[in-house]
Amino acid sequence: MSAKTVRWVEEPKMGLFERMYLPAIAQGIATTVRHILKPQVKTEQYPEQEPKLPANYRGVHRLNRDDDGRVRCVACYMCATACPAHCIDIVAAPAPAGWKDREKYPETFVIDELRCIYCGMCEEACPVDAIELTTLYDLTGLSREEMIFDKEKLLSVWDQTTKAGTDPVRTKSGHYGPAADLPK
Amino acid sequence: MATVYINDKPVDIGTERLNCVQAAERADVHVPHYCYHPSLTVVASCRMCLIEMGDLKDGKVTMIPKVFPGCQTPVKDGTVIVTGDYAKRDTSVPPLAYDPKYVPADRAKKAQADTLEGILLNHPLDCPVCDKAGECKLQDYSFEYGRGETRLVDEKNQPPNKPELSSKITLFTDRCIMCTRCVRFTREVSGQAELQVSSRGHHSEIDIFPGEPLENKLAGNVVDLCPVGALGSKDFLYKQRVWYLKSTDSVCNRCSTGCSIHVDANKDVVFRLRPRENPQAQGYFMCDEGRHGYHHADSTERIARPLVRRGDKLVAIPYLDAAQEFRNDFETHLRLHPGAVWAILSPFLTVEEAYLAARWLKGKSQQVKLALGHVPMVGEDDTYPKDRRGRPIQPVKFTIRAEKCPNRLGVEAVLRHFEGSVVPLAKAIESAKRGEAKAVLLTGGYPDPGTLNVFAEKPNDLMLAVTDIFHGAATALAKYVFPATTFSEKEGVYVNYAGLAQALHRSCKPPLEGRSEGQFFMDLAQRNGLFNAATIRKELAAEIRYFAKLADGIPELGVKLF
Repeated sequence: MSAKTVRWVEEPKMGLFERMYLPAIAQGIATTVRHILKPQVKTEQYPEQEPKLPANYRGVHRLNRDDDGRVRCVACYMCATACPAHCIDIVAAPAPAGWKDREKYPETFVIDELRCIYCGMCEEACPVDAIELTTLYDLTGLSREEMIFDKEKLLSVWDQTTKAGTDPVRTKSGHYGPAADLPK
Repeated sequence: MATVYINDKPVDIGTERLNCVQAAERADVHVPHYCYHPSLTVVASCRMCLIEMGDLKDGKVTMIPKVFPGCQTPVKDGTVIVTGDYAKRDTSVPPLAYDPKYVPADRAKKAQADTLEGILLNHPLDCPVCDKAGECKLQDYSFEYGRGETRLVDEKNQPPNKPELSSKITLFTDRCIMCTRCVRFTREVSGQAELQVSSRGHHSEIDIFPGEPLENKLAGNVVDLCPVGALGSKDFLYKQRVWYLKSTDSVCNRCSTGCSIHVDANKDVVFRLRPRENPQAQGYFMCDEGRHGYHHADSTERIARPLVRRGDKLVAIPYLDAAQEFRNDFETHLRLHPGAVWAILSPFLTVEEAYLAARWLKGKSQQVKLALGHVPMVGEDDTYPKDRRGRPIQPVKFTIRAEKCPNRLGVEAVLRHFEGSVVPLAKAIESAKRGEAKAVLLTGGYPDPGTLNVFAEKPNDLMLAVTDIFHGAATALAKYVFPATTFSEKEGVYVNYAGLAQALHRSCKPPLEGRSEGQFFMDLAQRNGLFNAATIRKELAAEIRYFAKLADGIPELGVKLF
């Protein structure tokens, strides 16, 4: 960058009237009085009043179940690979003998909810729509261990949110991809 | 002298007999292929290497109006090859005088896209659950040369998987693209021809003969040869996605062939070993003993802490304290009766480690005796190919050696320099039995438990110090036990049976309180700083003539010492 390309800007000079600051004070008082007489912002009364969240809100994760109640995940590690916070840990194993439609399933599936930044990349990366973020936002715990969600906990979030009807499955038009959608 | 033109670029191939794929490689042009492998016969069945070909005569190019399989077509002087990648050619080279109507690479490109469409017709596209994803040639070439979508409207063939193919290998039949590399490997290199193609056309499958699974000692190579994820190693199945693995060049320690390998590890755990192409060492392949022989590295049974005898028990104490206690003890022996002190250098030590140990002890006293450690021998050299009855046939393409240690020659060279001759272990044991030895440092590092059971009993006044990977008879008698490290945890040089020196590189940390033997001997010799293989190598190359070639680093494929 040369000196020629730099443009210097002087700030406008204040006159005597402006330097008294009284007009600005008057302006401020006027705004305050207007809001007292006619309130324009409505404060949400949380926690008495629950917020209504959009369906694509990115809260706590869940692991989706398929029609047979089995975990839909095929342990492909796409979410763990996409995760910028490295908070997903999967141990894959050959699927149980009775599962005819797939070869691989997650033996363990652990998300560190404290490390997670709720970016939603895992949901986007998943080829079988097995991991989704829900509208559960009030995630609290008394210890760090409590906030590390394992497979059972993540499946229970699915049970909880589908029972409550708050989070319908965010599938891609009912198509789960080649790994999950083999003919019955 | 023959000149071949690849995408306009002239390459002098001398008098070599090359096919188009090999000739193109000389011009840094990669011709994609599945079925072709330099060590197997050519079948030209995958049709991925299709190229256009012509002749340059009197400054004029005559192209043949069809495509050729590059792997099957030899080149001669004046051959002009145009590959599908013509658009990516080196534009600094002036183009040849083609016929003005001829559009270079038009045909080849379309042929390759058609080939891929054909291959993908029955491919299940289950990349998310396929272990090959990430290093799959079908993925790579489809991305680069294929069509974006399929036009198939019918159902794909879904033949059942064949996990019964072998105890070590499973076959995902639907992923197979019928390149038959595995079939040719079992016929030509391992020789026992366990695999075959059954059925025809779109229903052809790789299969075994009933009741005769693929169980030869080179079987694991078919997994590496498979360009797609059809053949999978059961040892590695679903353990890791390949993009998490960090690959380090190293040397297999399971026999004196010293196969060049890639060590694929993640977070200090070795997940698999793959052969590294090295014509000087072993060629393209490795045996299953080596391939699956890395599990000792992450065994929970390993000695992970220095142990010192307190009364009857071995007690774990911090490394530095243990090393100092041992050094004081050992050096007292060295002062009092240096002629009764033995150090036994294991053939699993690297050259640098053996040198450091010998240098330290001989520096203290010339009377210290050095001996070569136990050299495990199992059976006889096992050569491949074999015939159906298991008898070896000529010419030999792969040898699994009976000598199950990687560095006997290297350690012997060190011993010869310091001791004058190679003293066998038996002499040390004899001397200990007669009560003439007062202190023995016994180095191990044997990957199989129980190998170092040489000291079944010892005289009471013998001070025995052992470094090894697993507990055994020797460690039970020892006063000091130090953890030994294995090939994936150290830097150094192994010298194989033919005098080829190859470098090992560290891919994992030693367990817990373990230190590489190099560091251990540095600490004992009170040399400051951390162990650095290259520095030590310079020193030993200057001192020992046998290793003179190691002074300026080691090339990727190793260096022949004699």
